[in-house]
Formats: sequence, structure tokens, C-alpha cells
Amino acid sequence: MSQQKTIFEKIWDNHVVKRADGYPDAVFIDRHFIHEVTSPQAFDGLRKRGIGVFNTKRTTATADHNVPTKDQHLPIKEALSRHQVETLRKNCAEFGVELYDLGHPFQGIVHIIGPELGLTLPGMTIVCGDSHTSTHGAFGNVAFGIGTSEVEQVLATQCILQYKPKTMKIEINGKLGKGVVSKDIILYIISKISASGATGYFVEYAGDAIRSLSMEARMTICNMSIEMGARGGLIAPDETTFNYIKGRKFAPQGEAFDKAVEEWKKLKTDEGAKYDTVLTFDAADIAPMITYGTNPGMGMKVTDRIPTANELKELNEQVSFKKSLDYMGLEQGSQLLGKAIDYVFIGSCTNARIEDLREVAAMVKGKKKAAGVEVWVVPGSKQVQEQAKKEGLDKIFEAAGFELREPGCSACLGMNEDKIPAGKYCISTSNRNFEGRQGPKSRTFLASPLSAAAAAITGKVTDVREF
Amino acid sequence: MLISPAVPIAVENIDTDQIIPARFLKATTREGFGDNLFRDWRYDGNNNPIADFPLNNPAYSGKILVAGKNFGCGSSREHAAWAIYDYGFRVVVSSFFADIFKNNALNNAVLPVVVSDQFLNELLETIQRDPKTEVTVDLENQFISFNGKKESFQINAYKKTCLMNGYDDIDYLLSLNTEIKAYDTAHA
Ligand code: SF4
Repeated sequence: MSQQKTIFEKIWDNHVVKRADGYPDAVFIDRHFIHEVTSPQAFDGLRKRGIGVFNTKRTTATADHNVPTKDQHLPIKEALSRHQVETLRKNCAEFGVELYDLGHPFQGIVHIIGPELGLTLPGMTIVCGDSHTSTHGAFGNVAFGIGTSEVEQVLATQCILQYKPKTMKIEINGKLGKGVVSKDIILYIISKISASGATGYFVEYAGDAIRSLSMEARMTICNMSIEMGARGGLIAPDETTFNYIKGRKFAPQGEAFDKAVEEWKKLKTDEGAKYDTVLTFDAADIAPMITYGTNPGMGMKVTDRIPTANELKELNEQVSFKKSLDYMGLEQGSQLLGKAIDYVFIGSCTNARIEDLREVAAMVKGKKKAAGVEVWVVPGSKQVQEQAKKEGLDKIFEAAGFELREPGCSACLGMNEDKIPAGKYCISTSNRNFEGRQGPKSRTFLASPLSAAAAAITGKVTDVREF
Repeated sequence: MLISPAVPIAVENIDTDQIIPARFLKATTREGFGDNLFRDWRYDGNNNPIADFPLNNPAYSGKILVAGKNFGCGSSREHAAWAIYDYGFRVVVSSFFADIFKNNALNNAVLPVVVSDQFLNELLETIQRDPKTEVTVDLENQFISFNGKKESFQINAYKKTCLMNGYDDIDYLLSLNTEIKAYDTAHA
């Protein structure tokens, strides 16, 4: 008798090359993405062992974390960043790995280019030395972030040794309200279950509110799975998925595509399959969200007030909570609505795809940014940048006083020169509000592209529904 | 078995951006990250040590770091584990670890020890009161103890063998080469 399985278990079990007593599963990896920051030591490891890359066809590299977002055609100014990107070039050339380098039409943030090139497909196992690899799960695959030792493992053997995580289903049912987008859904979920609420689990998102989303919106949700501690997050593929993939550069074409779709349709959780945990939320409860603290779990509806230490469930948390608000320069129990901001960052693998840029452009068309606010729009990839120009979005941004930059991770992690200065407030479409994430002593409010765009125009934290 | 005083950082949700900020990830080797461990908590904007941060307090020393719940959340950067190792820690004690960090630590000879919330609180308080307190971490017998208080901890048998014998995952995976090649060909 065949046992009912979740989609996660189907994909995982399908990729186990060896399951031996006393060992974690040896799991085959279909697609391996690499970038300049977490790969150099892994290539060194290969060199020390005197071995090559197991299958270069399954490996794709790009430069994203450490690249400037201005004048990418010039040599990188900062010596260490330049060295890191040059090391990636050298390693890719030596080991025969395809690299989408600065200036290449396919260059971009690793989690943006995989899907847009059709390298990310349903049913696959995908890893990258980057925690937001969970993004790819939106296509119904098992995708997760790994450390550099594991990057070396995958380069060397195309496999990874892993214990199978537990499974969690998060269901969102009902209709989303006005001004509520996928970023709000995921910020809402994390605020409910905390920054560690899904640690040890692989999440499947389901429910009609999820089904109604575009692929790009689904990616935003899966992207932030790691922010609640999950190993990854996926959404079973459907017609929306297949339509998105059709015709993409490296996706199966013609007859091969039709055959693939038949296989992909089988990728869903069997009726009666068991999850270790199931959570259900009502879409109607979700409002435009914003974070006030220094982890993504510290979020609230934009109209709410920040909790007070006394309202916390656990006494233990009070010290960290106060430390966090001190860092943010915010008062317990106060409201964020109307709070003046200094910077707006529209970018990152969470929200720098073409739909995000379109939404922002539609909102700010014919308007001007507030005086004293600096606005950076950093496209997720070269293709997004080109498309934005083709559609004339660059003109709209320019007229609004927004700066459209060149693609990269940019102020999401402030590894290049795009840093938010100490003490300044930035409303950001990225995924992490950790202390110093956007630059030493910078202060981050995470929100949707809509909320960020509205704040850029008003100069303060704004409820998009009133905009 | 490791017997050492310990350094307490009684903060929860310590993410890997705190352990090693992104601007220090530009090196292409594994060494030297210890200097920038907890950089922005250790030094102020002018690179002066912040006196009340535990790593700057001469009373604290040792190879064991004790920290609040959900240690190592956030980015997958293995540089966090390298920085902890490079600084000289061999054990991190917390009541909860983020998954990727836990793997990264184990892959770099840093043992993550998960204890109960209560044990963690007692341990933190004890070290803060008496920084000379000796903490014992026994990997083979899987227990941690101090001042006569003792708790056992879990570690996966495979990882335990690797840690005790200095094996790594690649050695095992390389031994599966034939099976992996066959899988790769069948799923090309
Ligand atoms: S955009 Fe930010 S979160 Fe995404 S890969 Fe780059 S640094 Fe990581």
C-alpha cells in the first residue's frame, strides 16, 4: 500500500541517493547557485582535495552581494570587494562553472535570476550558500540555504548530507483586503509565530489566498520562510506556475515542456497526508504590515501601536525587547504611523522583481518624493532593469526623484557602499531588520513595496489604504 | 571533555549579522574572522571597545560561549561559525539554535549544546555572579555541568562521531561516488 505523502516528502524521497542507518540522507541536488561571498573557501577546499566540480551543468554563478549599484562597467572601487568578485571569476574559469558576471545580461541577485531564467523548476532540489534560497520554493521545489562547507560538499559530490526536516502547513484562506500584498502576508505570519516559530520545519504554504497570488508574489512569501526559522518554504505548482515558466531561457521547450508539465502536475500533497504542524490564518485579518524591532518577528499592522514590555508573553524576552527598542530609538506603546523616515530602499530578493517595480511606479506616477528623503530603487537583475526601462518606469522614478540603480543586493545587507547612515530610519522592502543590517547603527522598518512607495512620497510611515 | 570558564551574552535572537557583520565577509579564506566577532557590540563607531560588553570584560574568559534563545538566526554565512572558532570558542550553549547555524558550527568543530531554558538561566546568572565558574562539557557522555548542576544534551550520533574523530561529510559522500553518478545520469 502506498503511503500518503506531502509534496515536500515526495520531492525529498525522490532525491535520496543513499539512506543508511546512522547517517543523514545523502540528497542529490539538481541545481546549485553560487555567489562571491560564500564560495571562495569552498573552491579552496576542492583545490586542497585535488578534485573538480561534480557536474558543472548543474551549477550557476553570479556576482550580487558585493557589487556596486552604480557604474558597474567600471572596475569595483573597494579593494576587498573587487578581490572577492575577481576570485569568483577565477574560480569559475578554473572549474568550468557558468558565471553571470557584472555587465552580463543575466546578472542579478541569485534568487531573482534562477526563476527568471527558467533554471528554477518544480520538483527540483535547489541549494545555494544563502539563506534566502527558500525563494525558489514558490515553484514547488525543495530549496534551502547552506553554509560554505556544504557548498563545498555539493560542488564536490552534487549531494548534501541532511536530516529530513519536519513538515508544517500554513494555510491562508479568504480574500486579501485593500492595500494588502504578499509581503504583508508573510510579515503577518512571522509576527504571529515569531522569528524562530518554524525552526526545524519545512513549510508548505496553501489555501486560496496563496493560490490567488502571482508567481512573483509567491516568491516574496517563500523568500521570507527563513525569517521564521524554517529550513525552506514551498507552494505546490499550478497553472500560474506553468505559465510563468513557459518559454523561459533554460526551461524545457515545446514537447519537452508539455511532458514536464504532466509530471509537475503530480507534485501535490496527497489527500490525508500528515504534517507535523498545521497553522491556519484568515486573509481578512491581514493588514498592511510594518516591523518596529530588530528581528522580522517584531512586526505589527501599520495602524497598531508597539507593544509594551509588560504585554510580552515571556518574561525572558523583556531584556531583548528593550534592547531592541533602544536600538530603534522607539518608545514602547507608541505608534509608528506618521513617524518621519530618512531613506526608502526598494530592492532585494524579496521585492525587486518587475511586478514590484511596476506597483511602485503606478503609485508614485506624477508625484514627487518628500523633501529630505532619499529613495533608492535597486532592480533585482539586469533583466528587471532592462524591462523597467522598456516600460518607461525609469522615467516615472526619475520624475518622482527616485534613483534607479543597477542590480545587486545593495542596501539589503550593506556590503557594498549602499549603506544607511547611523541613526537614520529606512523603510525597506528587504527581509531583515537586524541591528546594523543596512549599515552600522542603521534602523530598518520592513514593509511592502506599496508601503515603501507611499512613505517615499509622504516622508513618513503611511497607511497605504489612506494614501 | 572540555572544562573551562564561560562567557555569557544574555541576549535572545542573536543573528549572524551580529556575530559577524556583512562588511567583514569580504575575506576569501577562513581565518581571521575572530577579530570581528560581535564587532558592533564590541566596539563603538570610533573602534573603541565598549566596556560593558562581555567579550571586553576581563573577568570573563574561556572556550565556552553561553547565549540566549534562538542563537545564530538569520543569514547562512558560515563566517559566523568561523569567527566563533577563530576567537577561541569551542562550545556554544543556548536553549535553542537556528538550523543552518547549528550545521555550520558542527562542520567547524564548534559544538552547539542545547539546554533547557531553566538550566540556561541558572547558568547565565551563575557566570554573571561568579565569572570564574568552571563549566564542564562532556561530548562523549553528552552532559554539561557546573557547580554540581548537570543536564544531558542531545547530539546526533553521526555528527558526534564526526566531531570526535575529525571526519567530515565530504569523506562520506565521496565514498558514494558510483551511486551518485548513476543517479545523475538517470535524472539528466
Ligand atoms: S538581496 Fe539580501 S537577502 Fe537577498 S540574497 Fe542579497 S543579501 Fe541576501
